Amino acid sequence: MDLDSLYQEIILDHYRNPHHAGLRDPFESEVHHVNPTCGDEITLRVHLDDGVVRDVSYDAEGCSISQAAASVMADLVIDKPLTDALAKHEAFLELMQSRGTIEPDEDVLEDGIAFAGVSKFPARVKCALLSWMAFKDAASTALATDAPKEDA
Amino acid sequence: MTHDLDGLLPGLDVIRKDFPILERRLADDLPLVYLDSANTSQKPQVVIDSMVDHLERHNANVARAMHQLGAEANEAFESARDTVARFVNAPSRDEVIFTKNASEALNLVANTLAWADGPLGVGEGDRVVITEMEHHSNIVPWQLLTQRKGAELRWFGLTDDGHLDLSNIDELITERTKVVALTWVSNMLGTINPVAEIARRAHEVGALVVVDASQAAPQLRVDVQAVGADFLAFTGHKVTGPTGIGVLWGRHELLAQLPPFLGGGEMIETVAMERSTYAAPPHRFEAGTPPIAEAVGLATALDYLAEIGLDAIHRHEQALTGHLLGGLADIPGVTVLGPLDTTERGGAVAFEIEGVHPHDVAQLLDSRGIAVRAGHHCAKPAHKRFGVQSSTRASSYLYTTPSEVDALLEGIIATQDYFKVR
Repeated sequence: MDLDSLYQEIILDHYRNPHHAGLRDPFESEVHHVNPTCGDEITLRVHLDDGVVRDVSYDAEGCSISQAAASVMADLVIDKPLTDALAKHEAFLELMQSRGTIEPDEDVLEDGIAFAGVSKFPARVKCALLSWMAFKDAASTALATDAPKEDA
Repeated sequence: MTHDLDGLLPGLDVIRKDFPILERRLADDLPLVYLDSANTSQKPQVVIDSMVDHLERHNANVARAMHQLGAEANEAFESARDTVARFVNAPSRDEVIFTKNASEALNLVANTLAWADGPLGVGEGDRVVITEMEHHSNIVPWQLLTQRKGAELRWFGLTDDGHLDLSNIDELITERTKVVALTWVSNMLGTINPVAEIARRAHEVGALVVVDASQAAPQLRVDVQAVGADFLAFTGHKVTGPTGIGVLWGRHELLAQLPPFLGGGEMIETVAMERSTYAAPPHRFEAGTPPIAEAVGLATALDYLAEIGLDAIHRHEQALTGHLLGGLADIPGVTVLGPLDTTERGGAVAFEIEGVHPHDVAQLLDSRGIAVRAGHHCAKPAHKRFGVQSSTRASSYLYTTPSEVDALLEGIIATQDYFKVR
């Protein structure tokens, strides 16, 4: 079993030092996603401005794969047009569902290519996707709202 | 390391040969170290053979086929009921109901108590008492019942060392209490609860006692009369039997007062277009074609366990659990959730490794051929009580050897090394 293809050094680095962690203002939408089989959780906020993802902030609890995925996802989508961010989501989703058959595009997914090995471990795919699903959900909710919210 | 622990089953090598899956090689040609028996147990060859034999030679529907095969299938199914009755020391075979699993058995009780007229019915202002260490399957049915009926749900809390906190038992179990539902052995903490004592207190106020024996039946001698339960549930697949079958035992005078659970074939006395009348227990609660081959397999499994002896199996589990707890105590950064005294617990041990998430622990162990469970083990409230989101759980059974426990302990140290937390 190729453990090192799962636990790439990039993944462990993001796990130990997650980027953009913590919940911040302003934000238009906040979602809470749970992986019911294992209990991993994420609360995630999205701040959109003029079609651009200005901030993604989150509070997550879970395994190395889920934590690192949240960190990489935030790196990839912050300060990107929402359409580009959602295209990256699609590319990451496709990679995760590939069972190791896709060569990921580093120009699109950057550090996210380190997750290619995760797709060979079906039980862990849902860990890598938790934060991305939360982002997609929060972004679509944010699109439907107008004014930014402040933390109550 | 010592391999001659006191209390191990004699002839463990021979017992292991009964379980073909223990010969499995995993990825990288590693031998299987199966430490997930509290999740589901492995199956001995006799159980597999009995189900194959039934399907090859005796298959027919039960109770309605007027031919020789039908008679054989019916005989096999009903004699499985006799075996279960013996296994739990039931006063009557008609007190044994076959369900799909333990969850369905517990839901059967909660639902029929919600629908019951008369003194058994749970209604507004009544109280149901559970505990904070229950499996979700002994929490959610009671939440549904109390929410639907306007009744009140209360629960025993837990002490820091993983026991039920019984200090407020007089406040919880009162004249208003209609049901006390609790697990005999915790699937997360391993704790063995004083079920007989709690049942006695519950009966003093006229409450019914529902015991979840899913983790107890595999490793403790179950005597429904000695324990003082009114209902007791367990599942087939944890007692070396197949999946798809569970058992509800209930006192006959209570079952006779309860309304049907599911409607369908087999549970009726007579059916007209306007209304129906219902069969007596146990058939009143067994709508539709039951799990017949599964009942045959379960009966074989219970006979297998009885032949080895539940007391001997319990001693074996205690010996291995003691060995595991001792080894875990020697590894810095490892914390056990639940009692540390083997006399107070069963063979499931949940633990945390500082700095490594349980999924990552399980993944590392799996790469060494060691199967454990990681997550909340369907006991989220108990995890929350101890301030953790999830844990890793190793659970042994009658086929587990001390060297497998040693392999786990070595695997834990290797995990700490891999994630650089040692």
